[in-house]
Amino acid sequence: MSLNKHEMAALVARDIEAGSFVNLGIGQPTLVADHLPADAGIVLHTENGMLNMGPAAVGEQIDPDLINAGKVPVTELPGSAYFHHADSFAMMRGGHLDVCVLGAFQVSARGDLANWHTGEPDAIPAVGGAMDLAVGAKSVYVMMTLFAKDGTPKLVPECTYPLTGLGCVNRVYTDLATFAITAGGVVVRETFGISFDELSSRLAVPLREAE
Amino acid sequence: MSAVKICDSTAEAVDGIADGSTVLIGGFGLAGMPVQLIDALIEQGATDLTVVSNNAGNGDTGLAALLAKGRVRKVICSFPRQSDSWVFDGLFRAGKIELEVVPQGNLAERMRAAGAGIGAFYCPTAVGTPLAEGKETREIDGRTYVLEYPIKGDVALIGAHRSDRMGNLVYRKTARNFGPVMATAGRQVIAQVSEVVDTGVLDPEVIVTPSIYVDRVVAV
Repeated sequence: MSLNKHEMAALVARDIEAGSFVNLGIGQPTLVADHLPADAGIVLHTENGMLNMGPAAVGEQIDPDLINAGKVPVTELPGSAYFHHADSFAMMRGGHLDVCVLGAFQVSARGDLANWHTGEPDAIPAVGGAMDLAVGAKSVYVMMTLFAKDGTPKLVPECTYPLTGLGCVNRVYTDLATFAITAGGVVVRETFGISFDELSSRLAVPLREAE
Repeated sequence: MSAVKICDSTAEAVDGIADGSTVLIGGFGLAGMPVQLIDALIEQGATDLTVVSNNAGNGDTGLAALLAKGRVRKVICSFPRQSDSWVFDGLFRAGKIELEVVPQGNLAERMRAAGAGIGAFYCPTAVGTPLAEGKETREIDGRTYVLEYPIKGDVALIGAHRSDRMGNLVYRKTARNFGPVMATAGRQVIAQVSEVVDTGVLDPEVIVTPSIYVDRVVAV
């Protein structure tokens, strides 16, 4: 059986080490927070200026001054800290953030990431913090469906969409398989409801089986 | 140089902003957005502005209203396209506004550099992407960096939580966002706050923006 987005999020969460500082991108990556063990001491970073971000705010907890990067009201936890934008991105770029989890339009076999712009002529470009996260975090995990709605693969030999970052992706979590992008090529770590051979036949990227 | 001016009205706070100014506008979403100062700027009438802000306006109020009035020549921001950015979208598609998209961290760091007297800096963000096209690059210790220049403001409009009568500012939660950085990068810094307290009330250990950066304060 292929995985749904919650199962994908659980797999990403499983691979995040206790005590990590982690940024979860807008959209599906935010689901990872639901699967992080409460006792693992994992600290969430939100690039608008907070560490140890708590869960989404509900009811009377909602405070317009306390939002995440997706502009959703969130909560504080004991040990939360606030800082300004230049500090927030310095801690990313400076190599202090262990993991970021991002969505993607395409990931290349070399780990190039395309996730900010479809490149269509009338599309208004908007990048936000995607490029900063891609080059800044020590490990970049991508969470996406393996195929686009039109059936084309999103793990590709070369990205055709405008790039977000070069060679920055370390792992790719999809509904059909998880991949490690290594110096030796793309390694299939696990498959879900599909065989390695069928996966290989549907992707134009050379794949290796995990040892 | 001169003491901060505690203004009685937002109109007084934005008085004298010149046509053609580069205006840094704080806020991320509505958190920290100096909405009342923007409204006052609309009333004040300055035009041909370059606006530097994270987004390009939401709905029909605040920055979106300033854009709708045709007062803005160019927007420098990281994320113009949002579900409710129809004012900007319309102007952009009609070719009536110029856009420079900057990665969010570069936007902050370029203003930090401006406020800190840095001439330019090499940054790894955006290497190999369309946003680095035409920019000078340099390899340092085996890694490629892009040369980025400071963004200075003629004016910065920011939202803070409290000010004392000297203009020392504290912020509240994630509403801090761009405020402290813009306060360093603007030649004239205008802050709207919830409350002006007597000097000495704010703990010196928790001041985020020291008064040296702040020119005018207005409570809203």
